[in-house]
Amino acid sequence: MKAVVNVFLKEGVLDPQGKATRHALGSLGFNNVNEVRIGKQIVIDLGASSKEEALKEVEKMSETLLANTVIEDYNIEIIE
Amino acid sequence: MKKAVVLRFPGTNCEFDTDYALKKLGFDVEVVWHKEEKLPECDLVVVPGGFSYGDYLRSGSIARFSPIMNAVTKFANKGGYVLGICNGFQILTEAGLLPGALKRNNSLHFISKFQHIKVINNDNKFLQKCEVGEVLNIPVAHADGNYYIDDEGLEKLKANNQILIQYCEENGQRVVLNGSVESIGGVCNENKNVFGLMPHPERAIELALGSIDGIKMLEGFKA
Repeated sequence: MKAVVNVFLKEGVLDPQGKATRHALGSLGFNNVNEVRIGKQIVIDLGASSKEEALKEVEKMSETLLANTVIEDYNIEIIE
Repeated sequence: MKKAVVLRFPGTNCEFDTDYALKKLGFDVEVVWHKEEKLPECDLVVVPGGFSYGDYLRSGSIARFSPIMNAVTKFANKGGYVLGICNGFQILTEAGLLPGALKRNNSLHFISKFQHIKVINNDNKFLQKCEVGEVLNIPVAHADGNYYIDDEGLEKLKANNQILIQYCEENGQRVVLNGSVESIGGVCNENKNVFGLMPHPERAIELALGSIDGIKMLEGFKA
């Protein structure tokens, strides 16, 4: 089973990489860009027996290590 | 003689500078590998600078789960003095021993230079030898020094005198260095026994290297 975890800086926490990228897009002529947020995607291959079990496990992983919840939000997608 | 323990993780690179500085100030120093589960008897634990685990995932996020960190957390919870410098500061925030978090510098650049800092509070062990408002010149060298804390947390820091230093000009005027909330360069915990800062006081103890302002800071732990 595969789990995909997306980690992003929380809304309201300034994302310097996203901001720099938005400026770069603007200077390339992409003038419709309001905001860019840059995060990371973590793909985990795990041997869970059910989707529910996998989700529970990966939630625990995200809270303890994968995201720093002081500044980051995360979402999890389980793919069979 | 006061005893200091300096931690060493894979990727730490300031352990010997820190060892040198503390010995020069008259500490007995032992460098301890991160796989150890017990801390030697000591008066101070220093989590030094560097790039533990290559800064993978987030700076300090993996080192904070090293076996020695359980012992450091216990030591801190019993009131033991802990100082995190640069990557050490990142490790201590990741471990939840200090409030807030350190993000990528707003310029996205690695900043390595001498930086003036202003002492904001000295009613603590670490900065007791410095005056409030005193300007010190201490090197900084970091990519992730952009201190973040939410508004509620910031109010708590202020109410409890937990802000240690702010980045400033030579004349004390506050300056934006890396995007930190209120230009904060270092904080302590509520009990004032765990300290963290981005600047490197251990690199400012020899006039030949540009500044001896770090002595005043580190000497606080000798008193």
